[in-house]
Amino acid sequence: MKVWKYGDNINTDMLFPGKYTYTCSTAEEIKPHLLEDLDPLFAQNVKEGDLIFAGRNFGCGSSREQPVLGIKAVGIAAVVAESFARIFYRSSINQGLLLIECPEAVKAYKKGDSVRFDVERGAMIIGSNTYSFPKLPKEILAIRDSNGLLSYTRKKLARKKKQ
Amino acid sequence: MGMTFAEKILAKYGGEKKVVPGQILTIKPDHLLMHDNTAPIISKIQPELKEYGIFSRTLPVIVLDHVIPASAEKNALQHKQIREFVKKYRIKHFFDVGYGVCHQIILEKGLALPGTVVLGSDSHTCSYGAIGAFSSGIDRTEAAALLLTGETWLKVPQSIKITLKGQLQRMVTAKDVILSIIGDVSASGADYCSVEFHENRNQFSVEERFTIANMGVEMGAKNAVFPVDDVTIKYLKSIGISKSKYTSINPDNNATYDRELTYNLTRIGPVIAVPHSVDKVKPIKEVEGIEIQQCLLGTCTNGRLSDFQIAAKILKGKTVHPNVRLLILPASRRIYLDALKEGFIKTFMEAGGTILPPGCGPCLGAHQGVLAPGERCLSTSNRNFKGRMGCNEAEIYLASPATVAISAIHGRITDPRKEVRK
Repeated sequence: MKVWKYGDNINTDMLFPGKYTYTCSTAEEIKPHLLEDLDPLFAQNVKEGDLIFAGRNFGCGSSREQPVLGIKAVGIAAVVAESFARIFYRSSINQGLLLIECPEAVKAYKKGDSVRFDVERGAMIIGSNTYSFPKLPKEILAIRDSNGLLSYTRKKLARKKKQ
Repeated sequence: MGMTFAEKILAKYGGEKKVVPGQILTIKPDHLLMHDNTAPIISKIQPELKEYGIFSRTLPVIVLDHVIPASAEKNALQHKQIREFVKKYRIKHFFDVGYGVCHQIILEKGLALPGTVVLGSDSHTCSYGAIGAFSSGIDRTEAAALLLTGETWLKVPQSIKITLKGQLQRMVTAKDVILSIIGDVSASGADYCSVEFHENRNQFSVEERFTIANMGVEMGAKNAVFPVDDVTIKYLKSIGISKSKYTSINPDNNATYDRELTYNLTRIGPVIAVPHSVDKVKPIKEVEGIEIQQCLLGTCTNGRLSDFQIAAKILKGKTVHPNVRLLILPASRRIYLDALKEGFIKTFMEAGGTILPPGCGPCLGAHQGVLAPGERCLSTSNRNFKGRMGCNEAEIYLASPATVAISAIHGRITDPRKEVRK
């Protein structure tokens, strides 16, 4: 498991260049361009279960969802940041990508530290230290636990039809 | 205790008397904005569309603006799929290639009104706070779900009150104001928050308020709003919307704000956001003289008549520097026509400018004015991210229409106040 560490204000153009926004929509189309203008090594070397650590305002900028789709598709287990931009935050809930807002953990992490997390307890464990992060409200957990907004919506529509 | 704008409008739409920041509500927006991304949005929900249809044919507003006219077969096919969808589901509000940028169309067609809620699958949906609407960006998947169900959740945001005092100096514009604010609070300074502009706002027309609200998202804001006043009412009347057509919602005087900031507008001068972040804002004297190869005047941020008016005043009878391509991008066909009538387009063309079709143009880097490595663009658009205009080895500087116009003549970043002294 590798930690990919980045700074503040990582915007959606860095995560997925705008020039591809209207020609790439599927995971397979997105993957090769993921983080292209930020870290060209990422797309080549990322592995299932890796983590992204970042500073403030991760995912700021455009509403494009390719960054979220792509990060989920390559198997990033969670993005841990000091804070997230709101559209990116919503988008991650909608795709079932795990985001952890935990500034203390990001600041504490040094290269080589072991990293574990427990979503149920709201705990990030960096080396031997534990940092807590807030749990999501129940309305939002319902979407994430349905594996994203589309399947949540499908269930909702099916329920309504039955009534 | 009173409520802020966001608390008040979300309470109304959420069916609650009183709400507090952090509370989650289910909301039915008045409109859902989509653009060229309608094609990937509807492709996510083909079986559901077939089984359940759409929630309402009057909810979506679809505007083709991002890559128009189509630059490749793939875009052309998406546009075709969108037109077929519009026809099949009898979508009421559809604006094909050439009408203009979606945000400007929403404003001009009265699709966002004071006291209404608009969500859109575009980050600059926050623009309609210019006329007292609550509007915010969402992603494609959420737009797809909204098409089917007409509802979504919203968290009541904390609010920031920005009090404007004093009067702007000549050649200093709304763009300089919002860039200065973003420079101060940073690109994450208003994350998740609703931003309200108070007091000396009647010096700003609805067009200028639009410039400011449009860039709210560049400091992380959920929405940015100018409470409704005589300027708003007069503007709406001018596009044929009388006061009886809407119910304004304004913040209470005793509302609670997370933060309060005050700006003395008299002290603001021309500023520039330097690469590659919108919050890297500098007074123009620190960057004066930097050579530029492209100038972009227009977009949803600054492509309106008053923007063209100030630029035309500067460019009248002048010639664009031989090293510079000046691209003009009207925010809508309506504005294009008005600019023709006023003679602004003639002025731009005589100066050596190139007029692009009303739409997003080079702002998102997909076509029409992509940059080459090592080139610099001075732009009135809203983002200067690395790679934004299609090349990650190019640089984008953001400025007001006045600064862009004067700099186009000199081939270097130039203080527009110099024009006044002449």
